[in-house]
This record gives sequence, structure tokens and C-alpha cells, in this order.
Amino acid sequence: MIREICMPLSTEVIHTLHAGERILLSGVVYTARDAAHKRFMETLDRQEKLPFELAGNAIYFAGPCPAKPGRVIGSCGPTTSARMDAYSPRLILECGLSAMIGKGNRSAGVIAAMKKGPCVYFAATGGAGALIARHIVKSEVIAYDDLGAEAVRRLEVYRWPLVVVIDCEGHNLYERNERS
Amino acid sequence: MAQAKSMRLIPFEKIASEVATLCIRANSVLPDDVHRAIEQAYARESNPLAKGFLNEYLQNAEIAATEQEALCQDTGFAVFFIEMGEDCAVSGGSLSNAIEEGIRRGYRDGFLRKSIVSDPLFHRINTKDNTPGIIHLTLVPGDQLSITLAPKGGGSENMSAIRMLKPSDGKQGVLDFVVECVRAAGGCPCPPTVVGVGIGGTFEKAAYLAKKALLRDLAQSNSNPDYAALEQEILDKLNQTGVGAQGLGGDVTSFAVHIEFFPCHIASLPVAVNLNCHAARHASITL
Repeated sequence: MIREICMPLSTEVIHTLHAGERILLSGVVYTARDAAHKRFMETLDRQEKLPFELAGNAIYFAGPCPAKPGRVIGSCGPTTSARMDAYSPRLILECGLSAMIGKGNRSAGVIAAMKKGPCVYFAATGGAGALIARHIVKSEVIAYDDLGAEAVRRLEVYRWPLVVVIDCEGHNLYERNERS
Repeated sequence: MAQAKSMRLIPFEKIASEVATLCIRANSVLPDDVHRAIEQAYARESNPLAKGFLNEYLQNAEIAATEQEALCQDTGFAVFFIEMGEDCAVSGGSLSNAIEEGIRRGYRDGFLRKSIVSDPLFHRINTKDNTPGIIHLTLVPGDQLSITLAPKGGGSENMSAIRMLKPSDGKQGVLDFVVECVRAAGGCPCPPTVVGVGIGGTFEKAAYLAKKALLRDLAQSNSNPDYAALEQEILDKLNQTGVGAQGLGGDVTSFAVHIEFFPCHIASLPVAVNLNCHAARHASITL
């Protein structure tokens, strides 16, 4: 039986999510990738508000294909999270970001911030964007429309299969499986 | 006296429309050899999480093909390998303009993501039509034009590496370097990967060969027995690393290792590694 998790996440729920566990996620997540993160940093530098509330919420590192007529969204799988390593700690520590969804390992700096947060990191299946799009029931651009695929989108997802890969205690599934 | 050969003319419009179709097909239909490799990996994988991912890849391929939708949202840089017969020419425009026009139409009409910025460093502004493409052109005998498109995503491309080894590093040096690259890449290139290795030539030739190696049918080894044996030896090592599907552990880290080689300077041993994700996309047409 796979556990179902709903957004937004409470601190209590974050603490129950352990590296290696598969879950099904439902609720709202926000997309942002390289260019949007750069703007988040500039916004914070100017001491202005970000386009959405980060506390309790999740950022999905993704930039979808355009939606075909009659579709909610195009192919929408995760991008490599490590490119956001430079930005994520600030979003966790200053803004209370509670979850990240992407693919691939994270830096020591991100993991240290996740332990303080607390914040949890989920892996979505890379290269399965058409399948993932079937779990997205609503999509709306809420900021940075000029960035095209890199705009910030508010997505409503339903029973989306994810894996807890780094938990808020710093346990890391990417390192657990290395063979010498 | 030898008579001048007549040139076969291929209209600009024909090339542009065929390339547009090729862009959509390459991005939505998983090649048969890749499909088989995923099925074989699924059959032998013992890690349940990895097995689940492989199953998702097959489901994803089915949805993408049925709905003519992109397999992956990263529909990539449009990289072309073109073999142009010496006895054919393009009428009504240039070959490179016809290719660019095809990319523009294909990425628009196929609802594919536009992922190219005009300036890599100072002004990263999206060109909004996925142009320019990358064109590798070779002249060959005959009057045909064969076009292969391999859309290349950023996740796998970013994990590429090149190293100028010393000739004394030999086979072991090559093997260690490839394993080091795949290990370091972890889950980022969306494993199981196809590993392209270019050995020899110059700095840029090795990189070109590594990319070209990704086009070969996955079931086919190098025709040279020494290199075929090395491909197998590296593949076995890679599948012992435990990187696995999505980098989260498993028995299958790579589907295949393909080496392409070229003569080399007496002082050099360049080795380039170019990875492709589990949806190793490529499609070809001959006009």
C-alpha cells in the first residue's frame, strides 16, 4: 500500500517521510527552474515578496512542453535539481520552502538547509514526462510568463508517484546505493 | 571526354517539411532498439524501485506514441547528422535554411518545448523557435540526402566529458575514465544510459565521435573485435556500479557502450564521453 500525501505539508508530516519511501502526491505544487530561481533571488535581494507562499509548499523543478489543444499541459518531467543547489538553501532557510521535487543528487549545502528547514526532497521519474502529465489536472502560469517554458506555474497534481530521496534528517537514497 | 554528371535537385520545401515531421517523430516515438533494451532491462532488474521506473518508461513510451506527445519535456537541441550525396543539390534555398525552417515548424506544430537561448553567457534569451540546430554534414557518393535527427536534452548532455589521456594510460585509462563519468553523473542523465565514447582523432573529433556513437543500434557492437570487447568490458563494469535506473540503485546502469575510434597523433589519446538518457531519441529519413 503506497502512502498518499497531500499538499500543503505540515512539519509533522515532513518528519514522517523517510528516504526510500514511495508516495502518491496530490494537491498544489509550483514549477520553477533556473531562470525563475534567479529572479527569486533578485526579488529577495530587493526585499520584495515572491510570487507564491513557500512555507508548507513544494517547488517542482520543471519546464513543460506547450499543451496541445484540449490538454492541461504537455510533457512535464523533472529537470536536474543540482542546477538549483545555489538557490535552494536560501528558499528553505529564509522563506520556509517545505519540499522540492526533481531528479538527481543535491549538494551538502542543500541537505544541511533541509535538516534545519525542515524540508523534504522527492524524485519524480526523469524522462517520463508524458506519463507525469497524466497526473496533472490543472495548470496555470502565475509569474514570469515571458520566460516561456521557464515560467512559474501552479499545478494541481493527483496521485503522482514520487520517491522520498533525501529526508529532513539528511538520509540520502542516492548515496545508499553506491557500490565500490 | 567524360560527360558532366547531372545534379539531382531536392526542393527546399520538401526538406523543410520532412525535417518538421522528423522533429515530431524523433521526440514522440521511442526507437525499437531502445524499447527492446528497456524490456530486457526490466526482465533482469532485481531492484523493485528500478523495476518500477523501467515499467514507467514503457508506459510513457506508449502514451507518447499514441498521443503523438513528447516522450520528455526536454525536447532538446536539434542535432543533425546529414549525409549529402555529391550528385544532389538543394533547389530554392540552402540546406541549412531548409533544416532551420523544418525545426521551426516541427517544434511549433508538434507542441515541443523551445529550449535554446541566443547567447550562452550574457543574454540568455530564448529564441522561441528552438533554432538554431546543430548540423554535422558529410559528403558521400551518390545523389541521396539522408538526415538523422538526435534531439539532445540538457540533463544527459551536461554530464559529458573529454580528457586528453596519455598514450601510456592505454585501455585501463579509457575504462577508468568512462566509469568515473557514469558514476559521477549518477541520476542526472536519467539512467539507464547509452554511453557514447569517442577515442582518438583530435579534441573536437573525439567529442564528435562520442555523439555519433549514440546513433548506432543498441544491439550492434563495434565491427572491430578489440573495440567490441572493450565495449562489453566497460558495460559490465558500469552495471556493477549500482547507479541503476534514475540513479537510485539497480542492476542496469547502462543499456550499451558504443565506441567510435579514429587515427590519432603519436603524442595523444583523446577520449570523450557523451551520455544519452533511457529515451535515446533519434530518427532518420532518406530523400
